[in-house]
Amino acid sequence: MGSIADELAKKQKEISVSEFFERNRHILGFDSQSKALIMGIKEAVDNSLDACEEADVLPEIVVTVERTEKDEFRVSVEDNGPGIVKKAIPNVFGRLLYGSRFHAVRQSRGQQGIGISATVMYGQITTGKPAVVISKTGADDVAWRMEIMVNTKRNLPDVLKEDPFIWDGKEHGTKITYHMNGRYVGGRQSVLEYLRQTAIVNPHARITFTDPDGRRTTFERATDRMPPATKEIKPHPSGLELGTLMSMAKETKNKSLGRFLQLDFSRISDRLAKDICERAGLDMMADPAKLTLEEHKRLLAAIGTAKIMAPPTDCLSPIGAQLIKKGLRNVLDEVRPEFYAPPVTRDPKVHSGNPFLVEVGIVYGGDLPKDAPVQILRFANRVPLLYQQGACAITKAVESVDWRRYGLEQRGGSGIPFGPAIILVHVASTKVPFTSEAKEAIATIPEIQAEIELALKICGRSLKTHLNKKETKSKTRVKFEIVQEILPLIAQKSAKIVGKPVPKLSGSITKIMNVVWVDDAVSFEKGHHRIRVSIYNYTPQSQKFNLHMVLPPGAFDYKGLQFFPTEVREDGKVTWELPKIASTERLDINFSLSGLNKEDYDENEIYASGIDPVAIIGAEPLPGDWDLKGLEVTESVEAKGPAPEEEEEEVDYDEAKEALNDD
Amino acid sequence: MTEEENRAVRSLKEIAGSIYDQIDSGKVPKMTLPLRTKSNIRFDPKHGVFKYGKATGARSAKKVNGALMLLRTMYVLEFIEDMVQNGKSSTLREMYYISEGWEKAKFSSQDESNMLAEDLEIVTACMREDFKLRAEENGASIIGDLTISEMDRKGKVKRINCRDDVGDSGYGIPNNVEREKVQLLGTNAKFVVAIETGGMFDRLVENGFDERYNAVLVHLKGQPARSTRRFIKRLNEEMRLPVVVFTDGDPWSFRIFASVAYGAIKTAHISEYLATPTAEFVGITASDITNYDLPTDKLTDVDVRALNAELKDPRFADEYWRGEIETMLKLNKKAEQQALAKYGLDFVTDRYLPEKLSNMGVLR
Repeated sequence: MGSIADELAKKQKEISVSEFFERNRHILGFDSQSKALIMGIKEAVDNSLDACEEADVLPEIVVTVERTEKDEFRVSVEDNGPGIVKKAIPNVFGRLLYGSRFHAVRQSRGQQGIGISATVMYGQITTGKPAVVISKTGADDVAWRMEIMVNTKRNLPDVLKEDPFIWDGKEHGTKITYHMNGRYVGGRQSVLEYLRQTAIVNPHARITFTDPDGRRTTFERATDRMPPATKEIKPHPSGLELGTLMSMAKETKNKSLGRFLQLDFSRISDRLAKDICERAGLDMMADPAKLTLEEHKRLLAAIGTAKIMAPPTDCLSPIGAQLIKKGLRNVLDEVRPEFYAPPVTRDPKVHSGNPFLVEVGIVYGGDLPKDAPVQILRFANRVPLLYQQGACAITKAVESVDWRRYGLEQRGGSGIPFGPAIILVHVASTKVPFTSEAKEAIATIPEIQAEIELALKICGRSLKTHLNKKETKSKTRVKFEIVQEILPLIAQKSAKIVGKPVPKLSGSITKIMNVVWVDDAVSFEKGHHRIRVSIYNYTPQSQKFNLHMVLPPGAFDYKGLQFFPTEVREDGKVTWELPKIASTERLDINFSLSGLNKEDYDENEIYASGIDPVAIIGAEPLPGDWDLKGLEVTESVEAKGPAPEEEEEEVDYDEAKEALNDD
Repeated sequence: MTEEENRAVRSLKEIAGSIYDQIDSGKVPKMTLPLRTKSNIRFDPKHGVFKYGKATGARSAKKVNGALMLLRTMYVLEFIEDMVQNGKSSTLREMYYISEGWEKAKFSSQDESNMLAEDLEIVTACMREDFKLRAEENGASIIGDLTISEMDRKGKVKRINCRDDVGDSGYGIPNNVEREKVQLLGTNAKFVVAIETGGMFDRLVENGFDERYNAVLVHLKGQPARSTRRFIKRLNEEMRLPVVVFTDGDPWSFRIFASVAYGAIKTAHISEYLATPTAEFVGITASDITNYDLPTDKLTDVDVRALNAELKDPRFADEYWRGEIETMLKLNKKAEQQALAKYGLDFVTDRYLPEKLSNMGVLR
């Protein structure tokens, strides 16, 4: 018996991590030829963006894909990051699970330190060629050029060649070039699409891409502001697992249990540490490295029952509503969307001790396809997710919202909605719970999914408000055409035929409309927004009421103003007390806004007071809290339909007619 | 200006006057018209035809469509007044193209302009000819021993025998078949056969059916034009000839018969001028399909819908038609009149028509 065990023991040997991944490449996402090409670029670009942000440099990234043989490509990714010191280069690119961020609780793109070395490994497996890395850390430093391969048996880098080298015109940065078997494709899952989406959520980056046909696409920077640096935090105790606790206790530098709890975790105070130790029946002064399994279990149970504050959330870096809009606009302008719903950035929440936050943006209309499912752009920590859409918490959340309430088509009120829309969802967290190491889909954690749904609904409400407004306007515009164009012509013609003077139209007009109509427009010229608000009194009486608008604070321009507002508040709320407007008369208000970018203002927010809300179209009733606080609550104000039409006492002749030619 | 023209212009001006007055008194201008729908045609026992009932609809400036139609009406009124004054006339199609210059009031289709011309007939009780508007479609052809006189475009009166003085395509029925233009002088024929398709018309001509049975053959050319229907009515009333209608056996052919015999929905305001209430349907009937074992096609969805619509059509609300329609629905088949050629080219003239016409008492 012993001899068999000996035999088996001889065969059992350590499998290196790299060997494991070599045999299970799909775990890292290299499971198809076209996907492998994208994954490699994604890993390199993620690293570049992370490095630039850590060094507080506006990222400048150049991606090139060239075809060297039928299925072989040479890929290079160059950045202007801080560079990598010479002795760290081999480990960063040639050793799996080597990285600076694995132990940090912090929002960053890369985490495990697998990605780029896996790319190098995949390249060498499929082509036999090493990766070439050039890096330079400062203007006065020499650059280094290294040829690197992964020694998969030992999970260590093999440096085939290293030379110092003068990198002209480059202050600092890194460039990796590798060969890889792959397939270059276009469409929704392509290198270009990945970079396009990366550009949307990284509006501070400038990304240039040259495809195998030599076509170059540049995504220009939409902002010069770096996202605020993310802070590193200690692990939060909730959701802690026994194994993690044990290894942390073993490795801690703190020699007493009390200090270990207090200093190695966030949100555990001196008092709370004492409380936990008492409940676990452990001595505050005990050496954490020497706790038994039994004691660890008691400690974990005590932590679980303790009341612990949620983790700090200032470690997260949301993109922010303004930049999401800018980023979308920057990249999507060619499809001329009619509406960018104000993006929603939710307050941070916590899942299993990890802070996270959700951001949502919706783009509607323009040249987006009308009868196709909406496009969902998924992002985790500013990285686009192109694969496994169906398995992702973001998709699940989109599917479970009843979009029919927000103006999109959706069969049965669930599933991916149809319509000319793009829905963007960004989940930022110190630990995004992916479904696999390939980081393609976010796991359906209830807390996260619920947050996403909430954010989608808030954003959806703005979309619905916009669509309602649009519908009301187009209905009114049709009537406007009757009274402004058709009716005057009928009057002229009939007068001519019967040989009488042209009759006055006011009676007919007010009977057709019987409403005050507010028509508005925004245009941008020579650095100013020009705003026109026209008020048509199409009621039989004269009207006197107040008009209110919410404008960007400080932008109101008094120059050349003809009709002064009664009040301009610091927060941007402006009020006009209008003079009496006689029946069928019109009043125009024209003014400018200064000091804004074109995209900062595109839709007027108009309110009216002192008039029956059903008697006015194009202005919402003034919210009750106008005088109290900001207008954020307007998301719940549903747009009003037009005043109900009088009961039609007669059948419409032209609509009652059937197809008469078929008999 | 003739008396008719005078009357037409006067009634058109009344329409404009009414619109003017409504605007002047601060109302929303509108026109009220009888609804031209299937559900609003009623049997008129005085004339034995179907006419519009009492249901009316409004064309009001409250809606864009209504407002545009009112504006177009004003333009059409002006256009007609001009033509009357200048002694011109135009086809309906020409009027449609003239509207190209009316900007906002431009017609969006010729159906729309044709319909408006009919609307004006209805409101004024004039005929579109009084408005100097003619249909561009000419009437169909006639072959048979019938003598007529027609005043030609140069004002010369020509005497024509529709069998001996015409070629194989027969006498072409002009647009205007009223007495000032066409007189019916005499005939030896005993009855009129109105035929839906050109193929069958030619077959009867080639086989000499008109001479052998003393018949006047009229080609309907599908759904017959006003002038064709008016001509048939005059043959029936003035020459006292019985009229039979010979069509395909499908839902659309039933409607052709209805418009000859009972009046079309579209022109129900002038049914008493156009319809021949004593006209009879010879076939192809639904029962012919089985009795003669004719080659058939399956009914399409559109056919079935048309048949079901006919079940709700007051013109078909009698036992005979309900039976025909239901039989056809049950068979789920339709047949062309030329399907009779299954039994040879002479079958229709030697056997089918003589058999059916004898049963109907037309042939004795």
